[in-house]
Amino acid sequence: MNLWRDIKGTLQPFWITLGYLFKKPVTIQYPEEKRTPPPRYRARIVLTRNPDGTERCVACQLCSAACPVDCISMQAAEDGDGRRYAGWFRINFARCIFCGLCAEACPTMAIQTTPDYEICNRDLLKLVQEKEDLLIDGCGKDMEYNYYEHAGIGVANERGGNEDEYGPVDPKALVP
Amino acid sequence: MNELLISLILILVKLGLIFGVVLTMAAYLVLAERKILGRMQMRYGPNRIGPGGMIQPLCDVIKLITKEDFVPARADKWIFLFAPGLTALTALLSFAVVPFSPPMTLFGREIPMVVCDLSIGLLYLFGLSSLAVYGVVLGGWASNSKYSLLGAMRGLAQMLSYELSLGLALVPVVMTAKSFSLTEIVMAQSTWPNMLQHPLAFIIFMISITAESKRTPFDMPEAENEIVAGFHTEYSGMRFGLFFVGEYINLIVIGAMTTVFFLGGWNGPFLPPVVWFVGKILFVAFLFIWARGSMPRPRYDQLLRFGWKVLIPLALLNVVITGAIRLAMNG
Repeated sequence: MNLWRDIKGTLQPFWITLGYLFKKPVTIQYPEEKRTPPPRYRARIVLTRNPDGTERCVACQLCSAACPVDCISMQAAEDGDGRRYAGWFRINFARCIFCGLCAEACPTMAIQTTPDYEICNRDLLKLVQEKEDLLIDGCGKDMEYNYYEHAGIGVANERGGNEDEYGPVDPKALVP
Repeated sequence: MNELLISLILILVKLGLIFGVVLTMAAYLVLAERKILGRMQMRYGPNRIGPGGMIQPLCDVIKLITKEDFVPARADKWIFLFAPGLTALTALLSFAVVPFSPPMTLFGREIPMVVCDLSIGLLYLFGLSSLAVYGVVLGGWASNSKYSLLGAMRGLAQMLSYELSLGLALVPVVMTAKSFSLTEIVMAQSTWPNMLQHPLAFIIFMISITAESKRTPFDMPEAENEIVAGFHTEYSGMRFGLFFVGEYINLIVIGAMTTVFFLGGWNGPFLPPVVWFVGKILFVAFLFIWARGSMPRPRYDQLLRFGWKVLIPLALLNVVITGAIRLAMNG
C-alpha cells in the first residue's frame, strides 16, 4: 500500500515552500541594486589609445568587416608620415548585438568591449556614436600593447626593426 | 412603518459594508497571493508601485478598465458578455448568509451581524456555488474557441462531481448543529470547532472546495500549460477582470465557509469576534495560496477518479459513522 508514501509526498512540498517563504529572495532589484559585471562583459564598445596617448585605430576596416550586423563604419585617413587613422568612426549601438567579434578582429586592440551596460536610450539616433564619443583616454584591457612596437610597415621603425620582428626575406637568396 | 425603514437601512448599511470589505479584500488578496507566491519562489513579487507594492491592485484595475473589451468573431455575443458577471455575482451573493459576528445590541435593538440569516443558509450557499458553474460553462461555450470549450467542459464535470463530496462532508456538521442556518452552526461550535470533531469531514471538505473553486492543484478548467487559460481564454479587459475578481471573491467565500463550518466562526478567546472571523478567513486564504505554491496539477482523469472513487465513498462512510456515534451517545 502506497498510501503513506502518497500522503508524505503530498505534504512534503508544503514544508519546503514554507521554508522558502522565509529565505531572502535572490532577485537583484535593478535600479537600486546594480550587479557588477565581470571584466570581460561585452557591452559598450570603446576605442582605446596607445600607452603613449596616440590613437590605436589604424582604420583597417577589419572590425567593420567582422561585424555581423554592419553597425561599424569608418573612413580611413593618413597623416604626414604615412600613419593611417580613422577620419571618422561610427558605431550604431541601436544595431549592435554586442557579439564582440569586432574586438576579436582588431589587430591593434583599438576597439574593445567594456562592462558598461547602461546605454539604452529612447531616441535611436542618440545611440549612433561618433569617434569623439567612442574614443577614451586609456588603454583598456592591455596597458602595454602598442601595435607599432611589434609590427608595422616602417612607420615607427625601419622595416624589420621592430621588437619580435624579422627583417624582410631576400627572395633571391638561396638559403632562407 | 418606522420599524421597517430602520431594518431596511440596517440591511443596506451591512450590505455596503460587506460589499466594500469583500471587494477590497479580494483586490488585496491578489496582491498577497502574488507576493507570497513570489517569496516562495525566492523573488519579491510586485513591489514597485507604492510602499511594498500597495497601490498595485488599483493600477491593475485601471489597466483592466482601459483595455479593449474584445468579443471574438462568431462568439455568442450576449452570453459572452453576460457570463463573467454571473461568476462575480454568485460569488458576491454568497456573502449574504455568512455571519461575521454574534448579534450585537445597539440602541436597545438586537442586530444580527449577517445580511440575511436564512434558516437554509447552507443550501443557499450550495445553490449559488452550483450557479457559479454557469459562469464557467456559458463563458467557455460562448467564446467560440476550442480551448475555452475544453476548459468549460472540464470545469463543468469537475465542479459538479466535487459538489457531491462537498455536500456529503457537510452532513456531519449539520448533524452536530441540528440546523442549516449558518449562525446556528457557528453557535454550535462555541466549545469545540468542528475541525476537531469531524477531522475526516474537514479534510474532504478542503479537498472538494479546492476543486469546486478551481484553485491549484485542481485548476484544470484554466490549466495554462495545456489549454491557454481555459474558459476565459478569449476574455480581455474588465470582463476578464470580473472572472479574476470573482475567483478571489470566491476565495474569500471559501475562507468564510471553512471558517463557519469547521473553524468555529467568530468564536475565539481574547480578541473581538470580527477579528477572529477575518483572521480565520485570511488564514484559510493563505492555506490556498500556499497550496498553489506547492502542488503540481494532477491529470484530469485522475482528478475525477479521485473524486468519485475515493472522496465520495469516504464522505458517505463518514456520514454513517458520525450518525452511528451520535445515535449511540444520545440514545
